[in-house]
Amino acid sequence: MLEIAIKGSKKYWIWLGALLTVMAVAFAVYIDQFMNGLMITGMSRDVSWGFYIANFTFLVGVAAGGVMVVIPYYLHDYEKFHRITILGEFLAVASLIMCLMFIVADLGQPVRMLNVLLYPTPNSMLFWDMCVLNGYLFLNIVIGWKVLEAERNQIKPPGWTKPLIYLSIPFAIGIHTVTAYLYCGLPGRGFWLTAILAPRFLASAFAAGPSFLILLCYLVRRFTKFDPGWEAMQTLSKIVCYALIANVFFFLCEVFVVFYSKIPGHMAHIQYLFFGLHGHGALVPWMWTSMTLMFVAIGLLIVPAFRNNQTLLPFICIMVFIGTWIDKSLGMISGGFVPSPLHHVTEYIPTVKEVVISLGVLATGLLILTVLFKLAATVKEEVRG
Amino acid sequence: MKNSRKSFLKKSSRRSFLKAAGISAVAIGAAPAIKAVAVASGGGTTTALPAATPKAEALVAKRWGMVINTGKITDEVVESVVAACRNAHNIPDFDHKPDEKKYPNTRPSNKSQEIKWIWEEHYEHAFPEMEDEFLAEKFKSLPFLVTCNHCKNAPCVQACPTKATFKRPDGIVIMDFHRCIGCRFCMAACPYGSRSFNFRDARPFIDKINPEFPVRSKGVVEKCNLCAERLANGQQPACVEASEGAIVVGDLEDPASEVRVLLNENYAIRRKQELGTEPSVYYIM
Amino acid sequence: MSKNAIIAGLVVFVAAALFPFWFNIGGTNAAPEVELSAKAKAAKKCVLDKYDMRANHMTILNDWRTSVVRDSNRMYKSTNGKEFGMSLSTGENSCLGCHTDKAKFCDKCHTYASVAPYCWECHTDPKEVTQ
Repeated sequence: MLEIAIKGSKKYWIWLGALLTVMAVAFAVYIDQFMNGLMITGMSRDVSWGFYIANFTFLVGVAAGGVMVVIPYYLHDYEKFHRITILGEFLAVASLIMCLMFIVADLGQPVRMLNVLLYPTPNSMLFWDMCVLNGYLFLNIVIGWKVLEAERNQIKPPGWTKPLIYLSIPFAIGIHTVTAYLYCGLPGRGFWLTAILAPRFLASAFAAGPSFLILLCYLVRRFTKFDPGWEAMQTLSKIVCYALIANVFFFLCEVFVVFYSKIPGHMAHIQYLFFGLHGHGALVPWMWTSMTLMFVAIGLLIVPAFRNNQTLLPFICIMVFIGTWIDKSLGMISGGFVPSPLHHVTEYIPTVKEVVISLGVLATGLLILTVLFKLAATVKEEVRG
Repeated sequence: MKNSRKSFLKKSSRRSFLKAAGISAVAIGAAPAIKAVAVASGGGTTTALPAATPKAEALVAKRWGMVINTGKITDEVVESVVAACRNAHNIPDFDHKPDEKKYPNTRPSNKSQEIKWIWEEHYEHAFPEMEDEFLAEKFKSLPFLVTCNHCKNAPCVQACPTKATFKRPDGIVIMDFHRCIGCRFCMAACPYGSRSFNFRDARPFIDKINPEFPVRSKGVVEKCNLCAERLANGQQPACVEASEGAIVVGDLEDPASEVRVLLNENYAIRRKQELGTEPSVYYIM
Repeated sequence: MSKNAIIAGLVVFVAAALFPFWFNIGGTNAAPEVELSAKAKAAKKCVLDKYDMRANHMTILNDWRTSVVRDSNRMYKSTNGKEFGMSLSTGENSCLGCHTDKAKFCDKCHTYASVAPYCWECHTDPKEVTQ
C-alpha cells in the first residue's frame, strides 16, 4: 500500500519538500541542543517544562479526539462516519508520533530514554504515559492499516481488528487521562491540583481534535477526489460545539472555586495568566485572546445557520484550534509553574531555537499525516472508481 | 493450473518463512531482554557483589533529619554555608568568569538556569502559605536557609519514572545521576523548589573542582544529597560544619540524638506541612 | 536499472563498506603498551587479576556504581584479600588513586580501541583537577 505514497502530483512533492526542509533545519538546531544541552531553550530552574511539553500536552488531546469518530461509528453504527473514521485514526497516529518526538526533544539525556522500560516504575505517571501512548499508537497503526487494506481489497477487515478497535476506545480516554494525571497529582502545584483537570483535558481534546479533523476534511475534499461527507463534518461540528462549551464551563468552574474561596496560593496562578503578577504579564494578551476566540467560536457554533455554513465553518474551526491550543499549552504550563512554589515569578518565553525544533516536530507530523491521508484518499478513490 | 499452484505454493511458503523468522527473532531476543530487565530491576545489587559493605567509619541513622536554628543564622553564616556546599559538590556559580584558556568560546550563562542546593530565602518565600500581615518586623528580613527536605513521603520519588530519584532506607532522598533521563518530572513534583536541572555542562563556571566529588554532566537533575558521601566517611555534612552550630544533622528516630533533643526543647515548624510530605528539615523559630 | 548502473553501485558499496580496512593500510598500529604507575607496581594486586580486569573492568565499574549509589556500600573486599574504596577517582584506594596517570593507563587502550566512555563527563581526574 505504501507505493501510493511515492506517486503524487507536483503540489504533493513541493509540499513534502517544504516539510522536509523544515525538518532538516530543525534537526540541525536539535543537534545544537543535543551537544550543548537544554540551555538553548527558554526554560529555567523555576519553569522547568516549556514549549515542548506544552505542545505535547495539546497534541495528546488531538490524538484522543480521534475517538470521537470511532465511538459513534463502531459502537453505535452511525453510518455517516463510515468514511471519516480512517481519517480520525490516521490523525491520531500523526499526533501521537509528534507527542513522542516532543518528549524525546525535551529529555535532558535522550540516550537513556530506555531506562523507563528497563526500570519500570508503576508509581510514576510518566511510566504509564509512555505505556498508553505507545499502546494507542500501535493500536491505531494496526487498525488503520488493516481496515484500509481490507477496503482496498473489497473485503471485510479480519475479525481480530474488532476487539482492537473496542480496546482503542478506553485507550484514547486513557492517554489523555494519564497525561492529565501527570499534572493533577502533584501536591506542590496548586494550579494543576484539581480533580477537574482530567475532564477539562478531555473536553478540550474533543473540541480541538474534531475541529482539526473538519479542517483536514476540507483539505481532502479540495485536493483529492475523496469526499468524507458534509454530514459527517456537520456532526463533528456539533461535537466540537458541546466539547468547547464543556471546556469553557470547566474553566469557569475553576475560576469560581479559586476566586470565591480566595486562597492566595491558588489565585496567584490565574492572576498571573490573566492580569499579570508582580509586574510580569507576558501571557495576559494570549490568554484573553484564547478566551475571546473560544467564546466567539461557541457563539457561532451554537447558531445552526453559522455552524452549517460551509464557508464559515473552517474559520470557526481555526478559532477553536488556536483558542484551545493557547489555553492548553501556553496557559497550562506557564500557569502551573508561575509563580514558583516559593512564590517567585520567573517568566517563560520560548527561544527561537526552541520554536524551530518544535516546528520541525510539527513538520514531521504533517509529513506523516500527509502520507497517511494520501493513502486513505487514494484507496477510497480507487474503490469508488 | 500448474502455474497458479506453483505461485500459490511460493506465496504461502514465503509467508510461513516470514512467520517462522519473526517468531525466532522474538524468541532469540526475548531471553537477553528478560535477563536485562531482571538484572536491572533487581533493586540494585547484582549477584557479583556480596563483598561490598559500608565503610567502618560511616555515620548511620534510621532516619536522617536536619534541624536549623533560625536564631543562629546570620548573613555570614549563610554565605559560609552556601560556599561550603558549593565547594564540596562542585556546584557552578554562574557569576564566575570562565577561564578563557581552559574553556574557550563558552556561551554566556543564564542566571535563571542556575543550580543551587542550599540557599537563602526570606520568610514570605520560605513559608509562602504562612502569610501574616502582622508578622514581626525582624522576621520579615531574616535569612532562612532552604534546601531539599528529604521528605518521608517525597513526591519527587513518587514521580520519577526510572527510580533515578529514590529514597534510601536511611531516609535520604538521593539522585542516581547515571540513571536520570532528564525528564524533570521530579522538578515539577517538588513542592519546595529544591531541585535544579543541568541545562548545560557547567564546568567552566566552577571555580575550583573538588576531586572528592564528581561534576555533573548536562541533562540531569540534582539537589542536596545530605552529603551522603561525607556521612559515609564519618564526616558531618558541609553545611553543618560551616554553620557554626546553626544546622544540626542527626537521626530523627534516635531519641538521644542532638536533633531530637533540640526538637524536644523547642517548637519547630516545617515547610508546607499541610501537604503531608513529612519533611525531615525542621526550623526552630 | 541497467546492468552497468547496478555494478557501479555495487562497487561503490563494497568500497565504502571496506573503508576502515584500506584506509588504515600501511600505518603502524601496534597494540598499546600500558604504563603502570609506580604506586600500582608497588601494590602488585588489583581488584581482580590482570586479564580479568582488562575484560571485565566495565562490568565491575557498573556494579560498583550501583552498589555505592543505590545500596550505600563503599568498601569492596576482593578475593585476594585487599580492600578497595569503590570509586573511580576519589580517595587513596580508588582506581585512579593507585593508577594515578589516566593518560598513560586508561587512555592508551581506550584511544586505540576508539572507546570514549562517558564516565569522564562527570567524574574528574584528580591529577588534572588539582594542578
